[in-house]
Amino acid sequence: MSSQKRGKNVQAQNRTSQGSNSFQTTLSAWKVKQDPSNSKSISKHGEDNPVGDYEHADDQAEDALQMAVGYFEKGPIKTSRNKDKTWEKHLKTVENVAWKNGLASEEIDILLNVALSGKFGNAVNTRMLKCMIPATVISEDSVVKAVSWLCVGKCSGSTKVLFYRWLVVMFDFIDRKEQINLLYGFFFASLQDDTLCPYVCHLLYLLTKKENVKPFRVRKLLDLQAKMGMQPHLQALLSLYKFFAPTLISVSLPVRKKIYFKNSENLWKTALLTVKQRNQGPSLEPLKLMLGPANVRPLKRKWSSLSVIPVHNSSSCTKECGKKEMSLSDCLNRSRSFPLEQLQSFPQLLQNIHCLELPSQMGSVLNNSLLLHYINCVRDEPVLLRFYYWLSQTLQEECIWYKVNNYEHGKEFTNFLDTIIRAECFLQEGFYSCEAFLYKSLPLWDGLCCRSQFLQLVSWIPFSSFSEVKPLLFDHLAQLFFTSTIYFKCSVLQSLKELLQNWLLWLSMDIHMKPVTNSPLETTLGGSMNSVSELIHYVGCLSTTAMRLESNSTFLLHFILDFYEKVCDIYINYNLPLVVLFPPGIFYSALLSLDASILNQLCFIMHRYHKNLTAAKKNELVQKTKSEFSFSSKTYQEFNHYLTSMVGCLWTSKPFEKGIYIDPEILENTGVAEYKKSLNVVHHPSFLSYAVSFLLQESPEERTVNVSSIQGKKWSWYLDYLFSQGLQGLKLFIRSSVHRSSVTRAEGINCNNQY
Amino acid sequence: MDSYDASESTPRQSTSSRPEDYFIGATFLQKRLESVRKQTSFIPTPPRRKIPHCSQLQEDVDPQKVAFLLHKQWTLYSLTPLYKFSYCNLKEYSRLLNAFIVAEKQKGLAVEVGEDLNIKVIFSTLLGIKGTQKDPEAFLVQILSKSQLPSENREGKVLWTGWFCCIFGDSVLETVSEDFTCLPLFLANGAESNTAIIGTWFQKTFDCYFSPLAINAFNLSWMAAMWTACKMDHYVATTEFLWSVPCSPQSLDISYAIHPEDAKALWDSVHKTPGEVTQEEVDLFMDCLYSHFHRHFKIHLSATRLIRVSTSVASAHTDGKIKVSLNNLVK
Repeated sequence: MSSQKRGKNVQAQNRTSQGSNSFQTTLSAWKVKQDPSNSKSISKHGEDNPVGDYEHADDQAEDALQMAVGYFEKGPIKTSRNKDKTWEKHLKTVENVAWKNGLASEEIDILLNVALSGKFGNAVNTRMLKCMIPATVISEDSVVKAVSWLCVGKCSGSTKVLFYRWLVVMFDFIDRKEQINLLYGFFFASLQDDTLCPYVCHLLYLLTKKENVKPFRVRKLLDLQAKMGMQPHLQALLSLYKFFAPTLISVSLPVRKKIYFKNSENLWKTALLTVKQRNQGPSLEPLKLMLGPANVRPLKRKWSSLSVIPVHNSSSCTKECGKKEMSLSDCLNRSRSFPLEQLQSFPQLLQNIHCLELPSQMGSVLNNSLLLHYINCVRDEPVLLRFYYWLSQTLQEECIWYKVNNYEHGKEFTNFLDTIIRAECFLQEGFYSCEAFLYKSLPLWDGLCCRSQFLQLVSWIPFSSFSEVKPLLFDHLAQLFFTSTIYFKCSVLQSLKELLQNWLLWLSMDIHMKPVTNSPLETTLGGSMNSVSELIHYVGCLSTTAMRLESNSTFLLHFILDFYEKVCDIYINYNLPLVVLFPPGIFYSALLSLDASILNQLCFIMHRYHKNLTAAKKNELVQKTKSEFSFSSKTYQEFNHYLTSMVGCLWTSKPFEKGIYIDPEILENTGVAEYKKSLNVVHHPSFLSYAVSFLLQESPEERTVNVSSIQGKKWSWYLDYLFSQGLQGLKLFIRSSVHRSSVTRAEGINCNNQY
Repeated sequence: MDSYDASESTPRQSTSSRPEDYFIGATFLQKRLESVRKQTSFIPTPPRRKIPHCSQLQEDVDPQKVAFLLHKQWTLYSLTPLYKFSYCNLKEYSRLLNAFIVAEKQKGLAVEVGEDLNIKVIFSTLLGIKGTQKDPEAFLVQILSKSQLPSENREGKVLWTGWFCCIFGDSVLETVSEDFTCLPLFLANGAESNTAIIGTWFQKTFDCYFSPLAINAFNLSWMAAMWTACKMDHYVATTEFLWSVPCSPQSLDISYAIHPEDAKALWDSVHKTPGEVTQEEVDLFMDCLYSHFHRHFKIHLSATRLIRVSTSVASAHTDGKIKVSLNNLVK
């Protein structure tokens, strides 16, 4: 089955679902599997079911059914005295099988023929039509043959009605629809019949394609409407016509009315369900209305509340208007472009991307992931501009503090922002409109209203020159940052981390795709790197000050170190020539922290810095040529500084000799007797508890513990103990930065002097 | 697709497309962003404004049409650029909008496009209503009721009027590509429900977005100063200011009416350089009014909010309603 065809089916089903035929919609999942090749396997599957008891009975029933079908095919034998009984018996057989297992397409073909040919009485025809329940599919030919009987005039009006009702319900089971579509004119003519009209309308609603919409049909429908008044079924068909040819017809649907066709098809509904369940096993999900009113957005009449995202509508109207002269045939024959309403799947998007009819209001893409894909890859500027204008204006218009004291409105705005953020996450790309919106709104923001949404918008600011954006955004953000609670500070750091990550991802993609970046303001890699490093320095400043304001809160420090976990890996993870170290205020706060997990995180970050710098050094040596991005020796020196301090504290028990220098006299004055040892892995305040539990584990009966006893071999065991406690960062750090010879406590620092 | 041909001959095209635009690397979207940045980072309003010499307006303006715009209260909306709008298709737009309005009014009934109905929509250009040569032409949309009796006045009653214009839109026009027509100001007069229907049609057809345009107190005081400055042979109305005091349970409005000649005299004493108005002059003008009021009533008006200004020339309300009474459209 080609995807094209499947697309049509899906479309037809969707259209149905606009009416109230819920079960047709839910069958769609099944229908997709109904490829001719698969249909067998489904029925086989049914046989394979462990329903052995039934099997024998089924065989018998099968024979009886064949006989019954044969009987009906031959027609009633006039001479037979007990003919009443015979047809009654056979009809019972057919009904039993049909309601239980459904009928095969050949059987339906024959019986449908019988029912409409008028060989039997009206009652028989009715009962027969009622039990035309397909086990798998209905062949198109059967339907065409059946329709041809309608012209002969052998069947009564009620049979015709029943047939049309049946056809509507079974529409999705018909294997192909090309031939049936050729009968469009015939069906359309049947609209004349007042009793048939609603059902024919429904059928046409399912059947109509763009090429079926003709001016003379529009006129006919309008005449009918004039004659019969505002009928829901006519409205349905008219609105569908309008979808296809908006220039021919103008219809506005009443806001409340969403049900076009009465759901009077319960007749077959339960039977179809039973058959489906029998043939397929019980369906996993309960039947439910899939496309409820939620999908039908009521037209917002009130001008001022015309708020959220517009509904899809293909833009054919606009295009038509662009022409100087427009003939009706012109606009009907434009079959080349692919209507938006039919776009259901990604492959369809790929196939039709060159001839997609864009929505008349670009804002509607926000609700359609397929179109978001399109927006993402299209380089057609008007498309992006239309979206930009719409989003900018809507954001400004909707922004909550222009309309204060309105809780409902506030919620709506929050939802709108959430939708935008979802779209940005989906595209992994920020919108310029949102950036422009932040320029205007961030200076006025109280830091409370829609906090989570605002901070997420910040993290999706498209990459640009930091120094240019700083006065517009980040300076205002800093003011809020310093004056707000610790939780706000943490959320800001979190979103800045995400911003950094988004920028890095974008740059790493961009640089490796084309030599010159597409960014508006930076044209060189150096400029881009500069911008990123400025962002990192900005966060460094925020963090340092925040640590002081929040008196070295561990909680805050976690968020800060999370940020640097991203920073330390830029060179290796994103393949971008940038290594920026953390400021001393952060490093020493972390090193002297009372929390082991902080120290562990610090170790991990140092380990990653080490790896990145080594990799950078290696690359420089390989390339030989002095590239633009060789790191200054200052970075290496700074790193060595930190490394020496860390190893001095944690490992060699010689703190504050290199790295940061503290006058020994001051240290003496602290009154700590053995200050040199007091920061190593054993005595460090954050590790002390580990040391004690390690010793207790070694010798549980000991009443006093002497942590200084952890020396020599014990030192090694102690380290293993630490590693086993989940301090992976420490493990990596010690493995990479401390060379341990067989002699424990060796001073095996890789001094990195070669940097 | 085909509409490219059509739009090539639009007046806007011939005036505003500059070939060099297409060769600059930056896209319009980027230009737009940069201009937003500039607007945000600098002071929003220039400290001084030149009074233009009404150049375009006098030349090719249709006095009858301008007269039509006067003495009406207009509600202001700001509008994003219209996508694929073409001045060649005004007739077609009339037809489509007509059908749309009829359909909206008879909710649920479908109507054939072009069907004869008892309203009439007319699109027409408003020549000359623009600031510079580059500004696109303004255009007018009118909804007329067709009278049932042929003997009566054939034109019928005007039900609703709206017009779109762009005056001194240089900074905006730079960032708009040729697929768009930039008419950032929309003025409507008539039932709000009609504005809603017509606005909806424009939004659907040209993918634009309307939003109500409020005039803040800052701009109102500018208007007050500049309208006071206008030379008049005779004044038809007093110069009146309205301040709102936010207090509960009901807000209190303070109305302050001055004889227009007194106001003019005050302005003349404040105003220094001919041909331009500065921020200081406007501030001083308002401060004088404030201190005068304070001397008599001991109320600091500067602590309240200016919500309406009306002069013989024009009047404006903070909620975006404006009315021009004189044949002088300079704001």
